[in-house]
Amino acid sequence: MRDELAKTVERLRDRLREVRESRGTGDRVTETDGGQEVGADEERAVGTDRRVVERSAFRRLLDHDAVQSAPFWLPPFLLMGFFVYAAIGWNFAISLTDYQGFGEPDYSVLDLDNYGAMLSDPAMWAATRNTFALLVGFTLVCLVVGLVLAILLDREVRFGRTLRTIYLLPMSLSFIVTAQFWMWMYNFNFGIVNQLLGVVGLGPYSWLGNPDLVLGSVVFALIWQFSGYTMVVYLAALRAIPDDQYEAARVDGASTLRMYWRVIVPQLKPAMVSASVVLVLFALKAFDFLYAIWGYRPRRGADILATKMVREAFNKQEWAYASAIAILLFALSLAVIAPYLYQQHRQGNL
Amino acid sequence: MSHEEERPEARNATRRSDALRRAALYATLAGLVAFYLAPIETGLVTSIKTSEAVRNTLPFLPPGLSGFTLDKWAFAFDALSHGMVNSVLFTIPSTLLCAVFGSMAAYGLTLVDWRGQIAVLALFVAGIFIPYQAVIIPLSEFWSIWVELDERLAFLWALPLLEEHHATILELIVTHTAYGIPICTILFRAQYQTMSWEMIEAARLDGASLWRIYRRIVLPLSVPMFAVVFIFQFTQIWNEFLFSLTIIRSVSDPAASVTLILSGLGTALEGVDFPLRMAGAFIAALPTLIVYVLFADQFAEGVRV
Repeated sequence: MRDELAKTVERLRDRLREVRESRGTGDRVTETDGGQEVGADEERAVGTDRRVVERSAFRRLLDHDAVQSAPFWLPPFLLMGFFVYAAIGWNFAISLTDYQGFGEPDYSVLDLDNYGAMLSDPAMWAATRNTFALLVGFTLVCLVVGLVLAILLDREVRFGRTLRTIYLLPMSLSFIVTAQFWMWMYNFNFGIVNQLLGVVGLGPYSWLGNPDLVLGSVVFALIWQFSGYTMVVYLAALRAIPDDQYEAARVDGASTLRMYWRVIVPQLKPAMVSASVVLVLFALKAFDFLYAIWGYRPRRGADILATKMVREAFNKQEWAYASAIAILLFALSLAVIAPYLYQQHRQGNL
Repeated sequence: MSHEEERPEARNATRRSDALRRAALYATLAGLVAFYLAPIETGLVTSIKTSEAVRNTLPFLPPGLSGFTLDKWAFAFDALSHGMVNSVLFTIPSTLLCAVFGSMAAYGLTLVDWRGQIAVLALFVAGIFIPYQAVIIPLSEFWSIWVELDERLAFLWALPLLEEHHATILELIVTHTAYGIPICTILFRAQYQTMSWEMIEAARLDGASLWRIYRRIVLPLSVPMFAVVFIFQFTQIWNEFLFSLTIIRSVSDPAASVTLILSGLGTALEGVDFPLRMAGAFIAALPTLIVYVLFADQFAEGVRV
């Protein structure tokens, strides 16, 4: 099977070379190439015969690669586009109505009242503040912990693969599952966290009850779940760094720590950027975890925009107001993705 | 002569500090293993304890013989089993569909070169990062008010093996497929970008149609990536919760997924039944745990993009 494939490839390569050579000597290969220069020539040549021009224009449209490849990318694009982009547009339309309770939205009166109401809702401000605290705390600590894990596992560690598998394990679990585990870890009387702190004479603390602690506790659990992810991203980037750079730094007499800090870590910047984009988006989705612990109403101090949005919609049936919050969430994630995509595009990574 | 005598000592010293460093490294790594496994370990030992033993034993130690019980596992299994069936029913079809659509889209947008494909591609990439909160209201509106699959397909429910709640399952399949397409497309694209351009171009010059190139050259080469996408998408869709909550809505719905039932398991006025919840968590996580342990490499690769 592989051999056959290789043979085909070899044959095709030869053919390609032939064609390129013939192109070099001036032979035009019109029937296989719908490229620009050929098109321009044709237009000049057949200017006398209208019908031929029209037909060839139509032919060219059909031959165009965008049209030829449409059967492949268009159906998935339409399905995805409807559920993602049309839904966001629809959501924006709902946010302009005053849809609430049961029944259907009335699109005849549209205004920005819901956005005004958001500004004067004190719970909104608290949720926004919590969202940012969670985003920043979670993303930064994950980046650091993941880096430490990756560096520890990077060089000549025995059982490296097993260890990596263990550190990444929590990520394969559902938020709903990990929330159960952490509720038990944080349990006031019997949880491991309080028991361990009790050994050194601290606590017990109400990790999930105290408004000052609750957000930190949630962030800690999320770091447990996702630091393995950053580790994997860094490990891939570390593997791409050639060995001689390590050797050179070592010959120079740099200590391991200095070598990483000066030589290796600066090269991880692209990995760091893409990992933080993904982490921010994980954090925006932390809804599942909070819902599994508290349902629609998280403890004071743990309400984030995502939980508030779902509560307003599916608990209070304030659909229009909830969709305004959803638009805010969308704008927040767009503020993270758009510069990232633009940067990726400029670097030719897209 | 004199420094030749010093050398072994110096070598010994570096060897000793090397050994020390390695010991410290492995101690740290072991400590981290404890940290990452602790919540899972305490969950596992708690799930086989009686309520009595939960109060009397340390949370990370297994119970004694008198405090051992499998009742909670049996109870949790009863509560979750139909949720498991439902989750399988929508996870597997949507995983397959996502992978096929993703591979097709990546082929059309990567190996066939045309102007403007970057714009289409950007829409795919951005689709990965959309917070689902931004779409769930229209989504639940779409399924519950506009489509009403259960009524439209009413003629099917008389058939054997089909029941009315399968309409909800069908809705979940379509939904998960639609939202899984972007990430699958990007995963396949990452591989297709490394494929030889020359090869495809040559095949086209040879007169092979795009479909033929896809079937004969691209698909055979994407088998490993299909494995990655299957593993990754399976865990993602199995673990998903927000769509279950907003499309199925009720824990008692016959179409309730396993995560949805787990979110309501073991809550009573007297407090939370922790052993039951832990047992439930393990049962719900079992398929993904098995897949993860068997295919950790593929999972890691799927995560990385």
